[in-house]
Amino acid sequence: MQVQLKVNGKASTLDLAPNTLLVQALREHLQLTGTHVGCDTAQCGACTVLLNGRAVKSCNMLAAQANGAEITTIEGLAAADGTLHPMQAAFKECHGLQCGFCTPGMVLSAIDLCKQHPKATEAEIRELLEGNLCRCTGYHNIVRAVQQGAAAMAA
Amino acid sequence: MGASDFANLPHIGESVRRKEDYRFLTGGGQYTDDVNLAHQRYAVFVRSPHAHAVIKSVDVTKAEAMPGVAKVFTGKDVEGKMGGLPCGWLIHSIDGSPMKEPPHPVLAQGKVRYVGDHVAVVVADTIEQAKNAAEAVEVDYDVLPAAVDVRDAPKGTALHDAAPDNCCYRWALGDKAQTDAAFAKAAHVTKLDLINNRLIPNAIEPRAAIGSYNRATDEYTLYVANQNPHVERLLMTAFVLSLPEHKVRVIAPDVGGGFGSKIYLYAEDVAVTWAAKQLNCSIKWTAERNESFVSDAHGRDHVSHAEMAMDKDGKFLALRVHTDANLGAYLSTFGSSVPTYLYGTLLAGQYATPQIYVEVDAWFTNTAPVDAYRGAGRPEASYLIERLVTRCGWELGLSQDEIRRRNFITSFPYQTPVALQYDTGDFPACLDQANKLADVAGFDARRKASEAKGLKRGIGYSSYIEACGLAPSNIAGALGARAGLFECGEVRVHPTGSVTVFTGSHSHGQGHETSFAQLVAARLGISVDAVEVVHGDTGRIPFGMGTYGSRSLSVGGSAIMKALDKIEAKAKKIAAHLMEASDADIEFTNGEFKVKGTDKKIPFGQVALTAYVPHNYPLDKLEPGLDETAFYDPTNFTYPGGTHICEVEIDPATGRTRVDRFAAVDDFGTIVNPMIVEGQVHGGLTQGIGQALLENCVYDRETGQLLTGSFMDYAMPHADDLPDFKLGHVCTPCTHNPIGSKGCGEAGAIGSPPAVINAVLDALRPLGVKDFDMPASPARVWDAIQSAKP
Ligand code: FES
Ligand code: FES
Repeated sequence: MQVQLKVNGKASTLDLAPNTLLVQALREHLQLTGTHVGCDTAQCGACTVLLNGRAVKSCNMLAAQANGAEITTIEGLAAADGTLHPMQAAFKECHGLQCGFCTPGMVLSAIDLCKQHPKATEAEIRELLEGNLCRCTGYHNIVRAVQQGAAAMAA
Repeated sequence: MGASDFANLPHIGESVRRKEDYRFLTGGGQYTDDVNLAHQRYAVFVRSPHAHAVIKSVDVTKAEAMPGVAKVFTGKDVEGKMGGLPCGWLIHSIDGSPMKEPPHPVLAQGKVRYVGDHVAVVVADTIEQAKNAAEAVEVDYDVLPAAVDVRDAPKGTALHDAAPDNCCYRWALGDKAQTDAAFAKAAHVTKLDLINNRLIPNAIEPRAAIGSYNRATDEYTLYVANQNPHVERLLMTAFVLSLPEHKVRVIAPDVGGGFGSKIYLYAEDVAVTWAAKQLNCSIKWTAERNESFVSDAHGRDHVSHAEMAMDKDGKFLALRVHTDANLGAYLSTFGSSVPTYLYGTLLAGQYATPQIYVEVDAWFTNTAPVDAYRGAGRPEASYLIERLVTRCGWELGLSQDEIRRRNFITSFPYQTPVALQYDTGDFPACLDQANKLADVAGFDARRKASEAKGLKRGIGYSSYIEACGLAPSNIAGALGARAGLFECGEVRVHPTGSVTVFTGSHSHGQGHETSFAQLVAARLGISVDAVEVVHGDTGRIPFGMGTYGSRSLSVGGSAIMKALDKIEAKAKKIAAHLMEASDADIEFTNGEFKVKGTDKKIPFGQVALTAYVPHNYPLDKLEPGLDETAFYDPTNFTYPGGTHICEVEIDPATGRTRVDRFAAVDDFGTIVNPMIVEGQVHGGLTQGIGQALLENCVYDRETGQLLTGSFMDYAMPHADDLPDFKLGHVCTPCTHNPIGSKGCGEAGAIGSPPAVINAVLDALRPLGVKDFDMPASPARVWDAIQSAKP
């Protein structure tokens, strides 16, 4: 079946089997391998992308369900000249990543989190990160990165 | 260069932001599953649904006839064509006999021994086709009784003909007679039974492997999510596939966390490499998370009994320990070394206990193989000692602080009764700083405030020590290691003065590209950006033993330092020639070669250029070029240590435990990049707190099914399970490596579990709870409270 996606500002029409997951469409058909797969139960959040601006787990929906949607993956965040998005920059500055595998999902979740809850406290940020697992950082620096990224995005 | 000179160099001790982050933050990382090769097919493994069964037959006819299927390989197809997966350490029992070493076939031969064991591998054009065909492989099993709990192993049905009683070895360390004698004259003996619960490492990147074969050159390439590509290649070529190493290239590109679970040579890696030649194509396998749960090597799983003999003042006289260790169904790469040389040798802890005797019985059970997981043996040792020491204090009416202080080792070097010699440390300083950081003085007030809300509050201490930077090779060899434990570094200085470093260490999140670059930049007086670090590819790096046991900086970094020594020595000769001075008069500081006592100097870059454009050069004495390689074999382990203090608040109505405060003061010796070190501590603490409060691998004791087989059942720590950590540092540099570093990767996971459980017990003691095993999940805490009631 044909699925139309606008990914990182670029429209494409994909010819997909009906059971293709959104994450497969991104990784395997569009070669956007920044979106990762860490589990098969929609628990880890490594596959998080923005769908019409909201964070979704791309392992947990069919590509067909995203037909016509605008999708932002980690590859589409930095400016055209390579300048990092403020949230990406905050993760780097606060050492909010180690192996980097959870990172794309974390960054995209964090962006949505700050848009929905611009005034979130540290405790609220911890709660709102519930859908994303990181095995390396212990979250401490991720929480700081989200705070710093939120401030930079608001500025 | 000595450790103290090194610590004063520019860039050392600076929190340089990581060079690797840009690619990770923009989706430009290249993990194994991101790699796709030409002519690529996909592998799916048919895994045993039973914990223990005889394979009566495997019928692949239907599966092989399905669309897209290239081939289904079973145990019969590989039998006699490859060896079994080897174990890296040979342990001897007390009676001198070697451990039982049953074969560990790549695909099961006649029997399966745990849920997830490899029965067959299907190769097809797409994953879907391979999955469908895997369903169609018909296996006829004769199910046997299974034993999964180590306490059931002795009376369980034999897993292996080579070990009829399921015992792999009975090992011991220390002087039994002297220890028993000390117990006989003790004023007080404290006893403790405890379980170190089994864990699943759960790196967020699942394991993956792509085997590829080129018939024209008869060469193999294996991309694999692995922590030590050279060791992987060595084990696979020499012991399993009988291939010359130069025909196999192993590439471990970006790796999404390991924590030990990616050190080992796994059946999947061998299967895709071997099958790639049979089918003359590339074959990709990526674990799904449920496969990771059943087939990654698990960690911990000890059942122990410990006793401490003391004099009337609470001074330790002797420690006696018996541990039953669960090895799982087969010996994994380092499986046999974890409960022995990585555990028994650490039982002195931070204490001057004159006599220690430990016995370890290691058992085969119908579970996934158990191997090193973040800390490997040291967390098990620390948990035992630190729980026991706290209990000793409570029985004698001494505070957790006081019982430790009375028994600390205070003079170094210190030879323990269990084989290790600690070079440096300052245990009271760590304890003092931790007390301050944790605001122990304010604890009583906080406890009262909790009680006013109907909550229980407790405080727990842990003063751990670990042995890192595994080595020296000759000692490890005498203890049964079948490989060397050195590291290799190659430094290539380019004509214009930039530098590429090839390291045998492997980074899977540790930030080597930055901290190793700092090290080189500091030594050569160049910018951090002028240094590139390459790792994880046997085709590019001379040799390497990989990253585990917190050895990267202390062993891998020291190899680079040795290569830099050679470069400096050669560069001085070039500089002497250029400035018409004698070699002995040249000194090198801040990137400049100077003639002593004069103002003559030339920068490093000019010497580098001269080495490659040798027009004015001592060609009669020196070769052109400025590349050097060095191997470094340490003379001792390194001994990071510290004190962690945890404060918990427990709701007795629900059993919910909240870690309210956590203070960790660690001594890692010289620190190159504090930001990276703190990040490592945070991650380690989280895994340790995870073990103490949440994580638990549970098999059904009757059927051997893994009950915690997904993130829905296995409780991983989330951001809101954790407090804000308070970290402090004490620095006593390691005396025997040129950097002075000790290693920091595992400290958090080693120090934190006993601190948390001591805190839980401190909170629950007033309710009559005397003992408690991890994890302190709400149900278990609630149960403990209820059953303690009269
Ligand atoms: S891969 Fe989507 S939530 Fe884990
Ligand atoms: S940085 Fe490794 S999982 Fe988060």
